[in-house]
Amino acid sequence: MGDFANLLLGFQIAITPYNLGIAFIGIILGTIIGVLPGLGGANGVAILLPVTFTMPPTSAIILLTCVYWGALFGGAITSILFNIPGEPWSVATTFDGHPMAKQGRGGQALTAAFTSSFVGAFFAIVLVSFFAGPLAELALKFGPPEFFAIQLLTFSAFVGLGGGSPVKTVASIFIGFILAAVGLDIVTGQLRLTFGSVELMRGFSFIVAVIGLFGLGEIFLSVEEGLELRGVTTRVRFREILATWRELLGYKRTFLRSAFIGFWMGFKPGGATPASFMSYGFAKRFSKHPEKFGTGAIEGVIAPETAAHAAGVAALLPMITLGIPGSPTAAVMLGGFLIWGLQPGPMLFKERPEFVWGLIASMYTGNVIGVLIVLLFVPAFAAILRIPFAILTPLIVFVCAIGAYAVSNAMLDIWYMLIFGVVGYVFKKLDYPLAPLVLALVLGDLAENALRQSLIMSQGNPGIFFWSPISAGITVAALFLFFWPLLAPLLRRTRGAPEPVAH
Amino acid sequence: MRKADVVCALCLLALGLLVVAEGLRLGIGWGTDGPRSGFLPFWLGVGLGLSSLIVVWQVLAARGAATRRFVGPGKLVPVMKVLIPAVGMVVLTQVLGLYVAGGLYMGAYMRWIGRHSWPLIVLLTVGIPVVTFLIFEKWFLVSMPKGPIEAWLGY
Repeated sequence: MGDFANLLLGFQIAITPYNLGIAFIGIILGTIIGVLPGLGGANGVAILLPVTFTMPPTSAIILLTCVYWGALFGGAITSILFNIPGEPWSVATTFDGHPMAKQGRGGQALTAAFTSSFVGAFFAIVLVSFFAGPLAELALKFGPPEFFAIQLLTFSAFVGLGGGSPVKTVASIFIGFILAAVGLDIVTGQLRLTFGSVELMRGFSFIVAVIGLFGLGEIFLSVEEGLELRGVTTRVRFREILATWRELLGYKRTFLRSAFIGFWMGFKPGGATPASFMSYGFAKRFSKHPEKFGTGAIEGVIAPETAAHAAGVAALLPMITLGIPGSPTAAVMLGGFLIWGLQPGPMLFKERPEFVWGLIASMYTGNVIGVLIVLLFVPAFAAILRIPFAILTPLIVFVCAIGAYAVSNAMLDIWYMLIFGVVGYVFKKLDYPLAPLVLALVLGDLAENALRQSLIMSQGNPGIFFWSPISAGITVAALFLFFWPLLAPLLRRTRGAPEPVAH
Repeated sequence: MRKADVVCALCLLALGLLVVAEGLRLGIGWGTDGPRSGFLPFWLGVGLGLSSLIVVWQVLAARGAATRRFVGPGKLVPVMKVLIPAVGMVVLTQVLGLYVAGGLYMGAYMRWIGRHSWPLIVLLTVGIPVVTFLIFEKWFLVSMPKGPIEAWLGY
């Protein structure tokens, strides 16, 4: 019951006019960021991070999480009206959402998408409110071996579940850790990988890496593809919203199933994209009219949007309770914790309850504000994409440069941003996943410390990860996921099942 | 596509070897207080080297598979049209400050690529940096690189 009192305390913080105003601004900025090509949740949050340095931590995290919700909502607008998935997890929304828009049912599709996002998010937030306290309580008993095992699991999940080439995923993870190792080794005081250069002593900031890899890299890709924005114009009328809501009542089972899939997949890293596809697949299999999928079935919009938004919320659960982010966006927020003077991890629940519960309560307020704003202002947000590309492109590059410089007032960071942009472009084209690289860059020092402390505890015996039941269980799960790409074809061959169709 | 894949993997292999060498220099054994500084970098370098070798092997083994070109014919031009002016903006930033350099960059791109009218360009290239200046320097107190023009205006 203590958690309920804490949640009420959180609401007292989240519902102050200042914090509600912050949430409002965050949602609007986030939706704009989600609609604009080249700016997504992760680098939108990264660019805005320097702005929060002077704010109280709770307001700062409310701003950033609301930008994140806004970006999730904004992704649905471009998917449905322009057939451009802003994020990988909105790909499944385009399958039925864009056909609906072309048939003149854009308002219906958008209402369904926003409502589903809201329902999925709300379901996941309720679960987060229940599980966050107990999970943090459990995590307080964790030592370095358990933390290292969880980090191992995080990266193994990318290899096993991420899709794409497992070897390239592994390579990305190693690159991230190597970049993280550059600079001063805080344990021994030695300089590593600096090759005598003073500039490299600072190491690489992951915020700059995120802005370059995701922001500039994405811009390069979209100008190369000669992005043509030929969207469907739409307005959402009030009567249409009510009619759609009445229709949505008939899909309770799809909502519930998708929200569960989203939450379950979401708190594992890289889970939102498979969750949206899985949920779409299940909805099609259990539907009364599976033949309508792909031609504008409203269920085909409900299922992936509910799951993706539920997964997006669930990805914040390990960030709050364990201090281990599950997605690049969560990783950037976690970087913010350190800058605001907070030590991420389970101790936050004891030391700064007002921060943690203010954040959880703001998830409720942020999503309520979010769904209202996007329903009211869809035409305004869609109009952003009608701004000529030759104006948007340099504007986004300029904003990225500001964000990169503001991290630590270093001119060199703008150069790094350009280099990361080129690397991001090349890696995207060659199918090296970027999310594990960024996560490894963020977690590098934490993971190395956990590994070193564990090895010191065991006098150099790597068997320590199997000594306690919790770390043994997690390590075994991590190894299983890591080798899953090798195991899966073998299992399939022995069972004689056909190869699954890649999505 | 295959050539680009192999070249990229070989670059990563070189990076891996560099890291391995650095790890060996720092010592990969057991120091007085646990693993020495080079322990983790050494194994990271080994891991990156191995995975890049596997990538090369996979690409070469997939002989005859249909490949697309890394960059379609003529597609690199628009990318360079963004990248090269952006580099120019960063160079100019060191002299003129970020606001002026950013404005010049945006104006040049809008005129060169978008062929927009001069009044619109002037409005945007002056307006956007002024608004960003007010937001960052005045409202959030985040300082950006500034040059002679800001100094002349008294900032």
